[in-house]
Amino acid sequence: MLFKRILFDKIMGAWMVIALGTILLLPFVIGVGLYIKSAPLFQHQDIWHLIGTSEWLPHEGKFGFWPFIASSIYVTLIAFIFAAPVCLLSAVYLTQFSSPRLMRVMHPVIDILAGLPSVIYGVWGILVIVPFVSNILAPAFNTTSSGYSIFAGGIVLAVMCVPYILNMLIEVFNTVPIGLKEASLSLGATFWESVKHVVIKKSYPGIISAFGLGIAKAFGETIAVMMVVGNMVQTKFNPFEGGYPLPALIANNYGEMLSIPLYDSALMFAALLLFVIILIINLVFRYFIYKTGER
Amino acid sequence: MNRRKIIEENIFRFLSGFATYSLIAVLAFIIVIIFVKGFNALSLDMITKTPSGGYYYGGEGGVLNAIVGSLYIAMGATLISIFIGMPAALYLNVHLIRKKRIQNTIRYFLDTLWGIPSIVYGAFGFILMLYLGMNASLIAGIITVALLITPIMVRTFDEVLSTIPKGLHEASLALGSTNAETAFKIMFKQGFSGFITAVLLAFGRGIGDAASVLFTAGYTDLIPINLDEPAATLPLAIFFQLGSPIPEVRERAFAAAAILTIIILIISLAARFISKRYSRTNIK
Repeated sequence: MLFKRILFDKIMGAWMVIALGTILLLPFVIGVGLYIKSAPLFQHQDIWHLIGTSEWLPHEGKFGFWPFIASSIYVTLIAFIFAAPVCLLSAVYLTQFSSPRLMRVMHPVIDILAGLPSVIYGVWGILVIVPFVSNILAPAFNTTSSGYSIFAGGIVLAVMCVPYILNMLIEVFNTVPIGLKEASLSLGATFWESVKHVVIKKSYPGIISAFGLGIAKAFGETIAVMMVVGNMVQTKFNPFEGGYPLPALIANNYGEMLSIPLYDSALMFAALLLFVIILIINLVFRYFIYKTGER
Repeated sequence: MNRRKIIEENIFRFLSGFATYSLIAVLAFIIVIIFVKGFNALSLDMITKTPSGGYYYGGEGGVLNAIVGSLYIAMGATLISIFIGMPAALYLNVHLIRKKRIQNTIRYFLDTLWGIPSIVYGAFGFILMLYLGMNASLIAGIITVALLITPIMVRTFDEVLSTIPKGLHEASLALGSTNAETAFKIMFKQGFSGFITAVLLAFGRGIGDAASVLFTAGYTDLIPINLDEPAATLPLAIFFQLGSPIPEVRERAFAAAAILTIIILIISLAARFISKRYSRTNIK
């Protein structure tokens, strides 16, 4: 009987260790796999040349990733400008001003927003944001636009990032000791002053991390952005024109990538680039969060 | 001076309240738009028939192939991720309970894995597929989605397991149980509501993700029967049909989007309901 129990324990222990080990090995395997596949590209051009130039002619073997990287950064930036203030204000309201009842309503709202598939956001973007940009916003700025633009991508992305950033901000604000705020209030500060000078100051690293992780999330978003962003290779900085972010590049061209030499390596290099950038952002800001959590 | 303070207070109270309520409004707006547009074209044919000959030119048929394909992929992937994710989360909370530092490092890596976009998993799945000599198929899609959702599953389950009182764990060990018995008979039971939530969350992510199956699952008008056949998925069906120049096909894309939204809403509500139901019997 005892022998059977110990045997069960050993087998289960081994299964658990193998399972955990497999998961933890995953990022390394992904990194190595993508690197091996994109390696043929490095034999022809060096990495900085690939990232820095903007000539994209796969048939002639010219792969300049700059237009795609620039589009990605641009879309992410617009999304961030819209999402960040809304999230910050909303998190302040939910944790400092409102009743706990609103929080109970808000939790499912955040969960559903976070759970909606990205393709649904894309459909919504095509139905609402794209006509809005082409019919109302572009005429207001005295330009014309088809609506399928960097700006539309940015707005859709902003809505997608909100639940993600907001969730983290609420957690960050909840870790601020209530006594600190009460001390500030008892000294005669108003609610907003206590928030501004005590709560936000105290959770500064957490806020920065939440924003950073939100940016990482926006940077890698594929389908929704690809549906509204127009997919045009260009480097002009006009938000009403189309762009072509990195994830869209990978997703759009998988069909023909085996028919042109080096094209598959180029796309895998795009994936590797995405992987490395997002991994680094994640590692840095998560480290921030864990450091503040331990204190 | 005092008046300025009060005005500032009121302005920011209003602004922050406005931001919060506008988020609720945006969610309502999205769902209403999807449903209003989708229900116009939604019919029984959409969910009971596969595309027939002229479907992509506005002919008869539905998206049953995509619904079934999505369910197959999400279910297969969830099964794999339960097989890998559940023991990993238990190990983290039973065997490593006294090693706080290792525990935190592992959580740190898992959170980072959660942040990697699905298109990268898709590209990796594609490499894996080429390496193993497979074609775009149901099984390749399942494996790729499983890789994507396992970190989510582990972290969600782990989050609930980590709130279980230490005393319960210690009591079990004091009675002479082995680590494995503590894990499966005590911790798993106590954290069962969290387990269900984790499974449903992972399932929802699996059914809605398009970027990872784009390379690996392929697309077909037939319902897959074997694991090595390609499979259609609902998000990709929406995406491809939206690209069509024919209005009727685009209308059907909206209907498919409504179907997908309903599935996601059901999963989300079920997760809330079930986790509440099962956490009632827990030892506090």
